Amino acid sequence: MRSPTRALTTLALALGLASPAVADENMLRVVMHSDLKIIDPIWTTAYITRDHGYMVYDTLLALDADGVVQPQMAESWEVSDDGLTHSFTLRDGLTFHDGAPVTGADVVASLGRWGKRDTMGQQLMQFVEGMEAPDEQSVTITLAEPYGLLGQSLAKPSSNVPFIMPAGIAATPADEQIDEAIGSGPFVFDADAWEPGNKVVYRKFADYQPRDEPPSWTAGGKLVNVDVVEWVSMPDAQTAVNALITGEIDVIEQVAHDLLPLVEGDPSIEVRIANPLGYQYMFRFNHLHPPFDDATVRRAAVAALNQEDFVSATIGNPAFYRVCAAMFICDTPFATDAGGAIALASDFDASKALLEEADYDGTPVVLMHSTDLQVLTNLAPVAKSLLERGGFTVDMQSMDWQTLVSRRAKQEPPEDGGWNAFLTAWVAADVMNPIAAAGFNASGEDAWFGWPEDAELEALRDRFARETDLDAQRALAEQIQLRALEVATHMHAGQYFVPMAFRNDQVGGFIDGPATFFWQAARVDD
Amino acid sequence: MLGFLARRVAATVPVLLFVAVFVFLLLRLTPGDPAAIVAGDNASTEQIEEIRAQLGLDEPLLEQFGLWSAKVLRGDFGESFFFKQPVASLIGQRIEPTLSLALVTLFITVVVAVPLGTLAAYYHRSWLDRLVMGFSVAGFSVPVFVLGYLLIYVFAVELRWFPVQGFASIREGLWPFLERMVLPASALSVIYVALIARITRASVLEVLGEDHVRTARGKGLPERTVVINHALRNAAVPIVTVIGVGLALLIGGVVVTESVFNIPGLGRLTVDAVLARDYPTIQAVILLFSFAYVLINLMIDLTYLVLDPRIRY
Repeated sequence: MRSPTRALTTLALALGLASPAVADENMLRVVMHSDLKIIDPIWTTAYITRDHGYMVYDTLLALDADGVVQPQMAESWEVSDDGLTHSFTLRDGLTFHDGAPVTGADVVASLGRWGKRDTMGQQLMQFVEGMEAPDEQSVTITLAEPYGLLGQSLAKPSSNVPFIMPAGIAATPADEQIDEAIGSGPFVFDADAWEPGNKVVYRKFADYQPRDEPPSWTAGGKLVNVDVVEWVSMPDAQTAVNALITGEIDVIEQVAHDLLPLVEGDPSIEVRIANPLGYQYMFRFNHLHPPFDDATVRRAAVAALNQEDFVSATIGNPAFYRVCAAMFICDTPFATDAGGAIALASDFDASKALLEEADYDGTPVVLMHSTDLQVLTNLAPVAKSLLERGGFTVDMQSMDWQTLVSRRAKQEPPEDGGWNAFLTAWVAADVMNPIAAAGFNASGEDAWFGWPEDAELEALRDRFARETDLDAQRALAEQIQLRALEVATHMHAGQYFVPMAFRNDQVGGFIDGPATFFWQAARVDD
Repeated sequence: MLGFLARRVAATVPVLLFVAVFVFLLLRLTPGDPAAIVAGDNASTEQIEEIRAQLGLDEPLLEQFGLWSAKVLRGDFGESFFFKQPVASLIGQRIEPTLSLALVTLFITVVVAVPLGTLAAYYHRSWLDRLVMGFSVAGFSVPVFVLGYLLIYVFAVELRWFPVQGFASIREGLWPFLERMVLPASALSVIYVALIARITRASVLEVLGEDHVRTARGKGLPERTVVINHALRNAAVPIVTVIGVGLALLIGGVVVTESVFNIPGLGRLTVDAVLARDYPTIQAVILLFSFAYVLINLMIDLTYLVLDPRIRY
C-alpha cells in the first residue's frame, strides 16, 4: 500500500470517523474554461452558457464537420420551388426533460425569441414573413424573399445558438433571463445540485432520442455514455493541472499553453485539439475618432502589423497556432486568400508612406491592453512595438479584461475615456461567414464595438445574405473580404488552438467540434 | 459590563455604515461595467444598455445607494447580478468551508505557536529560541500562495498523501474533511504561527523576569507549574490580542488560500465577485467580513475578563 492516505482512510473508517464516499463511477469530472453564471443561452453570448446550452438543449438543424447543414431535431426539411416556404417535420418521440413532447409550437416560440436577440437571428427575421406550427410535428417558416442563410442561421454552432425550449419558457421576453433550464437535449441540468461558483451537475436524459447518423460537430447521433457530467469550477489553472495529474478530475477543457509541459510527458494524460478551427485574433479599430477615423491610417496600421508576431508571442508553440490569410478562417466554405496576405508580413515602409499620405500628425493611438487573460496579454505590447516601427505614436493602457470589455463600449473620444484600438479573440465558428462575423458589420452605430460605417460593404453583405447559390456566395465573400481590407474594418491577427487534456486511463471518446461536447465521451474500463 | 456591551454593540453601527458607504462608492469608482460583463463578448452596445437598465445601474448613484441601503436594513442583500440568486443564499452556501478553514487554521496556530513561543522564551538564547525566531521570520516572508503551491507539489502531486483541491463537509466524515483541510490550513497557519509564536515568546519572556515568578520558584513549585500557571497565564492578554488582530490576516489569507486549493468558500466568492464586478455580492461579503471582525474584537475584549480578573468594564 503506497499511500498512507489509504491506510489512514481505512483506519478512519474502522474507527467510524469517516463515511465512505459514494463514488459515482460513471461520472465525468470536468474543469471548463469558466464558471457557469448565467443559464440562458439566448440572453448572453458567453461561451460557457453556450456550452451549457449544448448539454441541455437540442437544435432544429445542425452543422457537421464539413460545414454542411444537417437536420437535427428535424426529420425532414423541404423548401418550396420559389425558395420562400421552408417546411420542417420534427422527429418522432422528442420530449423535453419535464416529459412534455416537443411540438412545432415550441420550435416557433424558441426561434422567435432567439431571432430577437442573436445577430444572425435578427438578420434572418428581417426576411421572415411568418413562422407557424400547422400541427404538433411541423413547423413552417415563410420568407418575404429568398434568403441564402436560413439553414446556416438555424444551424449556427456558436453564440447565440438557436436552442429549442418549451414554448412556455421561450415566451419569456428576449431581454429577460429565463430561470429554468428545460430542454430536450442529451443531459438534464440538475438545478438542485448546482452550486454557483463551485459545480454544475448534468445527468443523462434517459428519454433522449439520438439520431442514427454518426456524430459530426453539432450534427448526428448524440450518444450519452455517462450518467453524470460534473463541471467543477477551478479558477486557478495551476491547481486544475495538478488535480488532473493526480486524477481528481478527468478533463480540463482548455489547458493554458504555458502549463502544457507539465502534462505532456505524462502517458496517462492526452492532450488534443478538439476544436480544429480554434480561435482567431482580431485587431479592432475604433472608426469614430482620430487617427483611426481615416481609412488610410487604418491601412497603415494593418501594413505595420503581422500575424506571426502576434501568435508566436502569445501561444509560442507552432503546433498550436497558424497564420492564415483568410478572414473567414482557412479551410472553411468562405475562406479566400484574396488580399489577406497583407496581414502576414509587416511592411513598415508602406506603413510610413500611407501615414504620410494621410498627413498623420502623431496623434497617439490609445491601445487597450488586457493583462489578465493569458491568450491576450502579449498581444497589445506586440502591436505597440510594430505600430511604433510603422510610424505611429502609441499610448498603451493596461487594464484587466473586464475593464476593457466595459471601456470598449464607450463611444467617447479617447481623452474622455474612450479608445482607439484593442485586440480580442473569436471562436472561429463565430467568424466563418460575413453575416455571423461581427467585425464585418459596417452599419455605423449598430455595428460591433469600433462602429465602422461603409455603405458599400453593407450592400455586399446584404447581397450575400440574399444569395442562395453557394458559388455565388463564395464570390461575394471574396468581394466582402477585399472591401473590408480596403476600409480596414479590422485586422485578422492569426489563428490559434487551445488543447483539451484528459486522463486517457479514465475517460475517452471525445469528439471534435466548435465547442466542447460531452456526448460520446465515456469512462475507460480498466 | 452590560453598559460596556451595549456601547460596543452600538459602536458597530457607525463602523458598518462607514464600510457600506465606502465599499459602495469604491465599487462605483472602479473601472469595469457589470452590464458589459453580464452581456458577454459578442453583445452589442444596445444589449449592454438594456442590461444596465435591468440591473438598475443607469439610476443616479444616490438613488442606487438609497435602494440598496433600504434593502440591507430589511435584511435583504439583493440578488447577484450573475446567478439570479439572492446574495444571502450564495453566502449561506459558502460560509461552512470558510469557517472550517478558519477554525482549523486557528486550532493549528494556537496548538503550535503558543507552546513554541513559550519554549523559545523559556530556553531564551538557546538553539531552540533561534530556530523558533528563524522560523518566525521565514513564516512572515513567504507568501501564502507560494507555500500553498509548494505543499501541493510535495504532499499532493509527488507523495499523493492528500488531495490537491476541494472541500468536504465534516458531515461527510471526519477523515474526508481533514484530508482536504490539512494542506490549506497548514499553508494559511504558517504566517499566523510566526506572528503568535513571536508575541508569545516576548510576553512570556517579560513575565518570566517578574517578581511573582521568582516567588513561585522560591516556593518550590515545579517549573511546569511556574511556566504554565504563573508565566503563560499572565502573558495571555497580549497573546489573545494578537490572535484577534491576526484574524484580519486570516480573512485576507483565506481569499488566496481558497483560490489556490479550490475551496468554495467566501474568499473565492469574493474574488469571483470582484472579477465579475458583482456589486451586490461584493458589498454583502465585505459587510459580513467587517461585522465578523468587529464581533471578534468584542469577544477578545470579553476574554480579557476571564484572563485577568483585574480588568473591569
